[in-house]
Amino acid sequence: MAAEQKYTEATWPSSPERATLEGKNKFLGFWLFLGGETVLFASLFATYLALKDKVPSADHALAKDLFEIPLTFMATMLLLTSSLTSVYAMYHMKNFDFKRMQAWLLVTVLLGAAFLGLEIYEFNHYVHEFKHTFTSSAFGSAFYTLVGFHGAHVAVGLGWILTLMIRNAKRGLTLYNAPKFYVASLYWHFIDVVWVFIFTVVYLMGMVG
Amino acid sequence: MENTQSNSANPRMDLNFRRKKNAEDMKFQVIAFALTIFLTLVAFVAVGYDGFSHWFIVPFILLLAVVQVGFQLYYFMHMSHKGHEAVAFFLYSGSLVGAITILTFVTIVWL
Repeated sequence: MAAEQKYTEATWPSSPERATLEGKNKFLGFWLFLGGETVLFASLFATYLALKDKVPSADHALAKDLFEIPLTFMATMLLLTSSLTSVYAMYHMKNFDFKRMQAWLLVTVLLGAAFLGLEIYEFNHYVHEFKHTFTSSAFGSAFYTLVGFHGAHVAVGLGWILTLMIRNAKRGLTLYNAPKFYVASLYWHFIDVVWVFIFTVVYLMGMVG
Repeated sequence: MENTQSNSANPRMDLNFRRKKNAEDMKFQVIAFALTIFLTLVAFVAVGYDGFSHWFIVPFILLLAVVQVGFQLYYFMHMSHKGHEAVAFFLYSGSLVGAITILTFVTIVWL
């Protein structure tokens, strides 16, 4: 059964992401990558925790001076909701409803872009209002590396999902592209998983002191 | 190469069954999402409210984060489904190495 074969709702397999050997390999390989990403982010978290509030003099801003609840809360809600919309997209993928899947992926991308916009505003604010920059202190370096690395993941995720949507717009769902959509949605959830720890460890724990 | 799973001889019945199963999965995912939002609100309120001590809040919000991530992994990322044994092994190996790294950095690094 060729991966490019045309399917109908009735012939579409129940786990399209793992119905072909290529899909199975993508699935397993991608989770191995996520295991590696876990280690990578953990080492950035470790660095941040070790260098938190380590500044050269008293006139530098500390975590409790920088972070505010409203902005963090808004960013968190945007990203958590985008996780749900990408789950909706995969629900429609499993039901062989290409149009609805594309629509929910678009909502996911828009929410992700809004999150990224907030983060850019936030960094800009820290740099100009608090003189908290990448090179101002060890705290600054660790903060921008960790949160910026996550932001870069969001940007890559946006580009990835958008590219998939455009590339496959006329093709419709096949067993060739179903694993691609599935793996991109896994990546998006992983970004959310990392954000849950960032908003807890960096922002909330930073506000508590 | 025959790699596709075979559907049953009665495609229509099969379709209805799968639809129902997918809808049920979706229901659990929506519940998981509602709980996620609730846990997030609790964490933000705990930090925003002045009455709690630092020693209570930090472990408490960390616990909320771990529970929330569990929902993400097992419902949104489908780890509760069959065929995720190798996946769990990868992820927990990564988490173990990550946890040791964090433990090391917060205990033996000082400035």
